[in-house]
Amino acid sequence: MEMKERLKILRQPMPEQDPQVRKRNFDEVPLGYTPEVAKAEALRCIQCKKPECVEGCPVEVDIPGFIALIAEGKFIDAARKIKQTNALPAVCGRVCPQEVQCEVRCVRGKKAEPVAIGRLERFVADYERAAGEVSIPKIENMTGKKIAVVGSGPSGLTVAGDLVQMGHDVTIFEALHAAGGVLVYGIPEFRLPKAIVAAEVDYLKKLGVKIETSNVIGKVATVDELFAEGYDAVFLGTGAGLPSFMNIPGENLNGVYSANEYLTRSNLMKAYRFPEYDTPIVRGKNVAVIGGGNVAMDSARTAMRLGADHVYLVYRRSRQEMPARIEEIHHAEEEGIELHLLTNPIRYIGNDKGWVTGIECLQMELGEPDDSGRRRPVPIKGSEFIKDVDTVVVAIGAGSNPLVQSTTPGLDTNKWNYIVADEETGQTSREGVFAGGDIVTGAATVILAMGAGRKAARAIHKYVMSK
Amino acid sequence: MSAKILEKQQLSENVFKLVLDAPKIAKKRKAGQFVVLRIHEEGERIPLTIADADPAKGTLTIIFQVVGKSTAHLSGLEAGDSLLDLVGPMGQPTHVEKIGTVVCVGGGVGVAPVYPITQAMKNAGNHVISIIGARCKDLIIMEEEMKAVSDEIIVTTDDGSYGYHGFVSQALEEKYLMTGDKKIDMVVAIGPVPMMRALCDVTKKYNVPTVVSLNSIMVDATGMCGACRVTVGGKTRFVCVDGPEFDGHQVDFKELIDRQRIYLDQEKQCYDHYCTCRQQGKGA
Ligand SMILES: Cc1cc2nc3c(=O)[nH]c(=O)nc-3n(C[C@H](O)[C@H](O)[C@H](O)COP(=O)(O)OP(=O)(O)OC[C@H]3O[C@@H](n4cnc5c(N)ncnc54)[C@H](O)[C@@H]3O)c2cc1C
Ligand code: SF4
Ligand code: FES
Repeated sequence: MEMKERLKILRQPMPEQDPQVRKRNFDEVPLGYTPEVAKAEALRCIQCKKPECVEGCPVEVDIPGFIALIAEGKFIDAARKIKQTNALPAVCGRVCPQEVQCEVRCVRGKKAEPVAIGRLERFVADYERAAGEVSIPKIENMTGKKIAVVGSGPSGLTVAGDLVQMGHDVTIFEALHAAGGVLVYGIPEFRLPKAIVAAEVDYLKKLGVKIETSNVIGKVATVDELFAEGYDAVFLGTGAGLPSFMNIPGENLNGVYSANEYLTRSNLMKAYRFPEYDTPIVRGKNVAVIGGGNVAMDSARTAMRLGADHVYLVYRRSRQEMPARIEEIHHAEEEGIELHLLTNPIRYIGNDKGWVTGIECLQMELGEPDDSGRRRPVPIKGSEFIKDVDTVVVAIGAGSNPLVQSTTPGLDTNKWNYIVADEETGQTSREGVFAGGDIVTGAATVILAMGAGRKAARAIHKYVMSK
Repeated sequence: MSAKILEKQQLSENVFKLVLDAPKIAKKRKAGQFVVLRIHEEGERIPLTIADADPAKGTLTIIFQVVGKSTAHLSGLEAGDSLLDLVGPMGQPTHVEKIGTVVCVGGGVGVAPVYPITQAMKNAGNHVISIIGARCKDLIIMEEEMKAVSDEIIVTTDDGSYGYHGFVSQALEEKYLMTGDKKIDMVVAIGPVPMMRALCDVTKKYNVPTVVSLNSIMVDATGMCGACRVTVGGKTRFVCVDGPEFDGHQVDFKELIDRQRIYLDQEKQCYDHYCTCRQQGKGA
């Protein structure tokens, strides 16, 4: 096709479930491109000589390369091309913030809209899975080296996948009963179907990775005991799974949840299917979600799906400062989530049975920029008001879980108790111990955790082979 | 990891004991720690204190009371069946040292978790007094086991059908604290929250340090969710990682009781659902 024609094609919209319908079900919101739509979108890529999009991608996927294959209709080849650098395209195509990574750099975005890189990535990964053509590479040259991976989030899964393909004997130890980390306990089904995560985990198992769920390192065995058992290296990918609270009065009232608990009950334990599943969850009618990130959006949209009449998203800064993806804010608003911006809770009010009945807030205004460069919210005097709520979800961030750090002597941590590790190798202060993902950076993104895993895998390989 | 049930025994009307094959946990566990188990794919994560362990045989003993659907289901399993998941040992071990005279109090099924602590206190060289109680004689469990690890023992029943007629807290006060014959250095108490609260009210009066083991609602039990939070000394703590044992004089029992009731309605709904399904022969 002529370049002129290509430039005329408009960005292909993603078909989605109708907001009025989807706000009461847990099925995935975007429905996915068809092969025809994907080809049309792929033709929009002008195959830049110096593709800026690739520079914007934390794992440097060959974006024009896989898009060219889609344009030719070679979908399976396109999937394999992505997998050379990104082991979890079906996940990343759905949850990566493309609008601040690859797509923001796309030259087509300067005059029109950027190529829908994320949607294309998702399309080929789904196509490959549906076609049942996921190929299992045969691994030769077993090295005889044993590697323990602690945590099965995106960083751990990436490390394990890379190392097993280099011929190492890899075992993942996961605290929970299911593998996937935040992908299974945090991100809801309507944004990332659990069957996709399960398929990725299954793929690793087929490659030969052993997964020991229900094993908490620091409890059933320490890092030193893993070495004593014969492991040659240990990777720590334990995530940022400690819930933060605001320490304001009434936070322990019944009906007040951390986002971690709320989402874990709903996603990992499938409380949204109670009583078919045994784990219960409070199905509030008037729900306040505190925070402005992806976790807050996921909590708010979950509350709506659990049958709320009103879901208030309470965030102390303005819309510009919201860390959530624009797409998610947009989805949330379409589903009827009510945004209360520049609003900060100061206490929860309860009844004599210990249940939350209201939330008292202060109105804020933006002052001078703070350390993060964002304008600091300052309270407006006398602006207190009370809103009636029966459920609250606190989604104001997460910290590091100390289970491994506190039981591993000589492992250096920073002042927030995150593990100190070299950015290029994941090497920690302990020989043979590597770390990556949220436990090093603090809560970040799936793709950054995967990128850290990839680098650590290379360093671990080098380390064990030189021993 | 999954775990096979090696032995099953009914201790009283609603209390059951299971011996599990769990060598890794048996080797590591210390008194005061607990496990979390899941019976089947749709099941919840159930925290249960480890009542005993045999590291040589690789076995763990858990004792539980049927209080709802999950425990009813658990009581229906037999030797040879397997639990889908078993994780542990979780929580901080009991702080055990020789301090003199220690009173170990167990109420109802709380005798099971207090047993390993009693044993550890005895092994550490303390003079151990046990007080175990229940509503009536038939509900007293583990009397022989407790006797074997105690220097003195009192059994109480609320209805007077056996031993001392009254509550464990009354027995402690009347027989020891009031008489002042013996200096009590510490009390460890495990049982229903109202019992622990009553007991702490008594020991506070006499200034006797008291440790209680709390059974709050949990999900992950790794410190990730905060479902288990309690207020101790005005600060929020997580029972699963900071506990389960805390200074009983500092615990906000009212909040704990409220929080234990969060899912009362749903638990009943779930149990009814289970019973109906079972009657229709559909399994759970
Ligand atoms: C609700 C929610 C929504 C999000 N949405 C997005 C999004 O849209 N896009 C995006 O890019 N990012 C998103 N993120 C962030 C992203 O999920 C994380 O940055 C990423 O998962 C971090 O990966 P990880 O491998 O470091 O750790 P995690 O995914 O946190 O996994 C860590 C694993 O280690 C296990 N573990 C911890 N301690 C131990 C131990 N002692 N022994 C054994 N196992 C242990 C944990 O159980 C867990 O399974 C979201 C996060 C949340 C919570
Ligand atoms: S920047 Fe845009 S147009 Fe250029 S190669 Fe990347 S996706 Fe294609
Ligand atoms: S049970 Fe989740 S933090 Fe304690």
